[in-house]
Amino acid sequence: MRIRRLVGWTGELLMTLGVLLLLFAAWQLWWTDVAANRVQTQIVQTLEDDFARGTPAPVLDNGIPTAIGKDGAFAVVRIPRFGADYARPVIQGTGRPVLALGIGHYVGTAGPGQVGNFAVAGHRTTYGRPFHDIDRLEDGDRVVVETAGTVYVYEVTSREIVRPWEVDVLDPVPGKPGGTPTEATITMTSCHPKYSATQRFVVHGRLVAEVPRAEWDPSKWLTTPKGA
Amino acid sequence: MADHPEGGLTVYAALWRHLPGPTWARALLCLVLAFVVVAVCFLWVFPAISPLLPFTESTVGP
Repeated sequence: MRIRRLVGWTGELLMTLGVLLLLFAAWQLWWTDVAANRVQTQIVQTLEDDFARGTPAPVLDNGIPTAIGKDGAFAVVRIPRFGADYARPVIQGTGRPVLALGIGHYVGTAGPGQVGNFAVAGHRTTYGRPFHDIDRLEDGDRVVVETAGTVYVYEVTSREIVRPWEVDVLDPVPGKPGGTPTEATITMTSCHPKYSATQRFVVHGRLVAEVPRAEWDPSKWLTTPKGA
Repeated sequence: MADHPEGGLTVYAALWRHLPGPTWARALLCLVLAFVVVAVCFLWVFPAISPLLPFTESTVGP
């Protein structure tokens, strides 16, 4: 009788653990997307409202106008390759809580449009997965960074897959530690392969235009690339 | 009470036996309890566990 009871409890325990594991998978793969998409859409909306009202941007560290929107968001990224309505907030920092709110800006790297490397990170999977399709970016694809006063247009120039500790992709001249930058570049990092932590997918681009907000024409700059 | 002959052996069977009311009320209570467990997991337990797992790293760093 005692053995039967033990077997019964063990069976129940295992089934309960199995159900909890499935629940965790559902939370991580589905619920974090649902929750983060809602939050990120709200942050973008708040930012766009602030931009439209011309709310002055307070200057914080290394010249980057931060904290004008909710949660320290200071820019909106649009990537036509990812869809016509793709818009994600950029927030200062790359900590885990920040990356649940949008794209994170590596502290200490250049700001949008500045000479040097504007480096950002975003989730490939889960938490709204802003960089889910980063591997589909091709040379010449546009990455548009909207700030309070100016809209910066970058074009993709290269991509690479690196190990997680290869931080020189973030350098002012990417891949050339100690180099002195002469142009404004962008670097985006995300995990690779999907659902893994073994590598990072990295995309580099360079600034091709900066347009004052008043003269910004989405129909000119946000055209959908071929094959998107 | 038409318990399964071995129903008294397990925790869930014991839970069912200790819930008050007719069958439909017990079933409803079970659903509510399950919902509470899922909510606690989604809101507090899973967010606390997730950082310990490596599936969602997207930054480069030392």
